[in-house]
Amino acid sequence: MSIDGRDLKFPKYVWEAPVRIWHWVMALAMVVLCVTGYFIGTPLPSAPGEAIDNYLMGYMRFAHFAAGYVFAVVLLMRAYWAIVGNPFSREMFLVPVFVFRPSWWRSFFRVLGHYLFIRRDNDWHYGHNQLAMAAMFGMYLLGSLFMVVTGFALYGEGTGMGTWQYSWFSSWVIPLFGQSQDVHTWHHFGMWYLIWFTMVHLYFVIREDITSGLTVVSSMISGWRDIKN
Amino acid sequence: MTETFYDVLRRQGISRRSFLKFCSLTTASLGLSPTVAPQIAHALENKPRTPVIWIEGLECTCCSESFIRSAHPLAKDAVLSLLSLDYHMTLSAAAGEQLRANAHETIEKHKGNYILAVEGNPPLNEDGMYCIYYGKPFVETLKKYAKDAKAVIAWGSCASWGCVQAAKPNPTNAVPIDKVITDKPIIKVPGCPPIAEVMTAIVTYVLTFDRIPELDRQGRPKMFYSQRIHDKCYRRPHFDAGQFVEKWDDEAARMGYCLYKVGCKGPTTYNACSTTRWNEGVSFPIQSGHGCIGCSEDGFWDKGSFYDRLTNIPAFGIEANADKVGAVAAGVVGAAVVAHAAVTAIRKASEKPGSTKPEGK
Repeated sequence: MSIDGRDLKFPKYVWEAPVRIWHWVMALAMVVLCVTGYFIGTPLPSAPGEAIDNYLMGYMRFAHFAAGYVFAVVLLMRAYWAIVGNPFSREMFLVPVFVFRPSWWRSFFRVLGHYLFIRRDNDWHYGHNQLAMAAMFGMYLLGSLFMVVTGFALYGEGTGMGTWQYSWFSSWVIPLFGQSQDVHTWHHFGMWYLIWFTMVHLYFVIREDITSGLTVVSSMISGWRDIKN
Repeated sequence: MTETFYDVLRRQGISRRSFLKFCSLTTASLGLSPTVAPQIAHALENKPRTPVIWIEGLECTCCSESFIRSAHPLAKDAVLSLLSLDYHMTLSAAAGEQLRANAHETIEKHKGNYILAVEGNPPLNEDGMYCIYYGKPFVETLKKYAKDAKAVIAWGSCASWGCVQAAKPNPTNAVPIDKVITDKPIIKVPGCPPIAEVMTAIVTYVLTFDRIPELDRQGRPKMFYSQRIHDKCYRRPHFDAGQFVEKWDDEAARMGYCLYKVGCKGPTTYNACSTTRWNEGVSFPIQSGHGCIGCSEDGFWDKGSFYDRLTNIPAFGIEANADKVGAVAAGVVGAAVVAHAAVTAIRKASEKPGSTKPEGK
């Protein structure tokens, strides 16, 4: 089997352990962040009794902040691995470089044609196809960076002036957006942006797993991609 | 005009003991170390009073109204003793040309050494004709008076951000004063109006230390604008507990629960209301049962309802917040996914087995 003149041989070890760890830890953190984040913005009905006996919002905000730190740390780890890892670990980060290659765009439109039911067959790739790479970069990576930056900016408001969260993030993000309320609004919007990505991502992963003839879901667990029999 | 603050106090029959008490109180209200109190006393005893020129542009005079209600220090002390308020259209006994001559005399005599306090802002459309000051556009007076000032104080949200007259669509093109005065240090004291004690404390600070207080990136004094209302709100325990007012007349409202769900802007507003409070520390909006409307924040008129936590996004003729737009779009994405899956399944069913494998080149 050849793509762009390359011979593809399966099975192939594509996703190294740090990439898989990042994927699943990040996914879990994202679920926690979305659920707690939504309920911080739209709190549940009031708990009865004295304030001293309840701490629901406190726990929820703690979970949100803790998951936010985990999310940011594994994203940093993932960026580091893109430097030292195998070529597939770089795909997501190098889209701004790929867009200057005509061959990348030819593959991109072949994949797009397949998903629009114009082309019946689909190319095989060891890692992501070009459309997936573009979505990973444009939606996941940029979306996540946006959420980490605005998230720390909002968190820094609580830790206060003089803390690193405030100096590194709040001090310039809040004036950039105008005021704190705008940052809140866009942070909410960013959550939905990542939810749309996740929905499409889940759909295509399962679709590819069923229709492409290559393993997808199990590959993110084992790291190996193989032809399904 | 060469009289010192201390001279004025003694003339008014205030004892030295009371004077020192005042110095300690001022030190405390500025959040400074107790060792600074003698410095304040020394400064007030020896420095000639700094003249202040207070001009009003497009505004409602609520800043002046707030200022004269200051309790620590009392506004009368601030105006008559502490500072040399040489020009204030509303507070001055004189009026018209006589008053204006006084302002010009001060500018001439204290070139580069007076403080310009600006209440309100200049509208720029039609060459500034929407606000006329002694027969000329206010923006000209503002530039002229600011030219030789040592520092400029922007009173209130009007001078700091633009406030209601700069709200969309801003027909007069009212702009915050830092768009017009670009070569002077500007202290922004936002709020609609600012808290009285904050106003007098900032004036005291500038006169005492002969320098402007430490400002944040947006030009606000850190000593009063470094924390949000929410950070020091007395209803914060109810927020952390998850106890919220849902409606203005429900049991939770009577119990004094957190006003977050009825749109309190406390978590996004930098001001000192929850610590300093208003009217000699009697109360502040949240304490009297209404959420904060975020009046000291940039563009607070344009951020949707006072009773919503999120800014409205006007789109497609309807107004919706980020969560509604997000949820609707998620529904659309979900429907698209289902449709795509259905087409895929139909295609798959109509194909011969094995034909989906990629072809070799």
